[in-house]
Amino acid sequence: MSAVRKLQQRPVLLEVSGVSKSYGGQVGCLDVSFSIRPGEVLGIVGESGSGKSTLLACLSGRLQPDTGSIIYDMKDRGPVDMLLLSEPERRRLARTDWGIVHQNPRDGLRMDVSAGGNVGERPMAIGARHYGNIRAEAQDWLQKVEIDLTRTDDKPRTFSGGMQQRLQIARNLVTKPRLVFMDEPTGGLDVSVQARLLDLLRGLVRELGIAAIIVTHDLAVVRLLADRLMVMQRGRVIEEGLTDQVLDDPHHPYTQLLVSSILQV
Amino acid sequence: MTIIRLHARGLSKTFTLHTQGGTTLPVFEDIDLQVRSGECVCLHGPSGAGKSTLLRSLYANYKPQSGSVMVQHDGEIVDITAAEPWKVVEIRRFTIGYVSQFLRVIPRVPVLDVVAEPAITNGRSVEEAHAAARTLLTRLRIPERLWSLAPATFSGGEQQRVNIARSFIVAYPILLLDEPTASLDAENRKTVIELICEAKVRGAAVVGIFHDAEVRDAVADRLFEIRSTHREPTEIPCKPVPDLPTIEAVA
Amino acid sequence: MSGPGNKQCDTGDGYSFAYLDEQTKRMIRRTLLKALSIPGYQVPFGGREMPLAYGWGTGGIQVTASIIGPDDRLKVIDQGADDTTNAVSIRRFFEIVSNVATTEQTAEATIIQTRHRIPEAPLQEGQILVYQVPQPDPLHKIDPRENETRKMHAYAEYGAMQVTLYEDIARFGRIARTYDYPAMVNARHLMSPSPIPKFDNPKMENNPAIQLFGAGREKRIYAVPPYTSVRSLDFDDHPFEVQTWKGCCALCSSTVSYLDEVVTDDRGGRMFVCSDTDYCNKRQADRALTTETGGIVAPDEGAKL
Repeated sequence: MSAVRKLQQRPVLLEVSGVSKSYGGQVGCLDVSFSIRPGEVLGIVGESGSGKSTLLACLSGRLQPDTGSIIYDMKDRGPVDMLLLSEPERRRLARTDWGIVHQNPRDGLRMDVSAGGNVGERPMAIGARHYGNIRAEAQDWLQKVEIDLTRTDDKPRTFSGGMQQRLQIARNLVTKPRLVFMDEPTGGLDVSVQARLLDLLRGLVRELGIAAIIVTHDLAVVRLLADRLMVMQRGRVIEEGLTDQVLDDPHHPYTQLLVSSILQV
Repeated sequence: MTIIRLHARGLSKTFTLHTQGGTTLPVFEDIDLQVRSGECVCLHGPSGAGKSTLLRSLYANYKPQSGSVMVQHDGEIVDITAAEPWKVVEIRRFTIGYVSQFLRVIPRVPVLDVVAEPAITNGRSVEEAHAAARTLLTRLRIPERLWSLAPATFSGGEQQRVNIARSFIVAYPILLLDEPTASLDAENRKTVIELICEAKVRGAAVVGIFHDAEVRDAVADRLFEIRSTHREPTEIPCKPVPDLPTIEAVA
Repeated sequence: MSGPGNKQCDTGDGYSFAYLDEQTKRMIRRTLLKALSIPGYQVPFGGREMPLAYGWGTGGIQVTASIIGPDDRLKVIDQGADDTTNAVSIRRFFEIVSNVATTEQTAEATIIQTRHRIPEAPLQEGQILVYQVPQPDPLHKIDPRENETRKMHAYAEYGAMQVTLYEDIARFGRIARTYDYPAMVNARHLMSPSPIPKFDNPKMENNPAIQLFGAGREKRIYAVPPYTSVRSLDFDDHPFEVQTWKGCCALCSSTVSYLDEVVTDDRGGRMFVCSDTDYCNKRQADRALTTETGGIVAPDEGAKL
């Protein structure tokens, strides 16, 4: 209980203020501010073109915002503005204390490297040089994401979409990141596989106390995974709050439209 | 046993339906409700009076226009309507349990895990949580052969019992119950009454909606009449407020 | 580098000394100096068209042409041998364009241009080894985007390279890579040692000679200065190992040199002989001498020279 209890004492992990990014005259995202604490899961929803992917790219250091600041509480240095961090430091952060799960596993995996090698890359990148230990750790993670250990040496191209996505998650979580960015993690998967992945993600996030930012257009996914929700439209955050609050009692006209447009099974 | 666990003050709620021409639906106004430790308050009023809306507002599921909901949480008094989202999440983890009318969980997760989850989230060991889940499921007469199955295929009554088990696995100091016995048979109704009474004995403050007179008489200490701020009947179509499309639309 | 003085700029017959014009040689020498000061770092240079095809040693030839002077003695080897087509052609090329002395003996040479081998005889201070490199970037196969591999070098992000070794062990139970085995130079830059067998990798470490690497098609030059650390990548529990052979050289009985398999007939006959012809010849000559004089030579004394 103590681990969860401490939530209120934990400092803010990521503090985003006034982040804007435009492409010429085209607005990507506009004046976005929020903060996230350890163990919190934040969902960002909005239709295609609402700026959620631009925002995620800015947050995860893949895109330079035009204005604003992104303060991250680094493990060894405390709060640092990510935009002032040098590129090698940012790249190092991105493969140790952060995780990035892409919608398309092809963007996040090495398709011609075995599953074990994919998971082992991050530990090797930060200096692990004992084959036996690297492999044991990789297999431990493959087990956690429910990939049969007989597939350790198979290449991801022989895996199903769901397995690839789970492998991507293992590859990211092996360094025990404190913040994970997910871009439509259940995007290309069929519903039955989605359910399993959602359950797995929820369990891992809870077990490891990871903070996560999940971008999706699937409201059912955020309802199950996210504690908090931000709704974006034309680059702006138009409504935010507790996930169930925003979905059950939406105030903004656009959110009401979004929520009432969901097809029922 | 006289601690006030939950105190709603001046609570008002109005829905504005932007998708339907900006219609406003006032539900209730200036509600004042105090619930003490060990007390069970039954929300009372005709269908459409706003009972569920009030209950959801107490859980911070709905955002009231004005007023506050003070709850005793972890030795301090917090206004849940004004608290930061992470604080609300924490309050819901440890302080307020809510039994909705419908079970809403990740598909394809076995019943035992569904029930044990809130306890595990609160830091109990998996073994402990599973043991507690087994006890509750047994009491609620969910046959053991169903425990390893996902609840999606269960009957309405079975799903409701799983829902109840999930909400009673943590000893919340405040319990909000939205028709917990709606689709249950007499035997299971009795079990739920027992569970509620046990919660009262351990000092929980309970707020509930009970349509069933038998249950109401067995658990409620007092009735709380909702004076709905009723509007011109012509303005609202025959749509009862708690069933707004936005409420259940998200599957 | 015993570079040519001004008087060599014109060979008297209207051609530049050592084929390249002086401006090009200066450009390449500047590149070499930069490469030597950042060991293992690939320095781009304006590679010229040479009178032979890419893949035949255009990079090595440009480096040799830029550093060679009239007092140098050049040795050229291909697969360890002085008498193969490529080696003979390049040696003849420099005999014609620079009129320098050539040799087949490792100890006598001041510049050794090589493809695929490092001579068995230890190199000395003052000697220069010029490698012909087909693919200078060890990370090329991991990520074909050059802007990405440059960043990986710049930030010393070499985890992905280690992954390729991991893959070998996972698949074969050992690191199966036998040539062009990646090595860390000066504990900073990852280097492709050109397609030399990994047998030769330990010879690069702490070597008294200057080692220069030229890639003509890719237009990159890199270098290992004398006495520089060159560590082959490995794992703690799978340490770097070189190839070994069961037998010895069929001609000189060496047990410590790199052996080539030679098929002698079409009935499955074969033998193993030293790939370094100079080393093998020298040992055979020494043995003939000691047999004549009745003396006894320890089997591998030649290696110590």
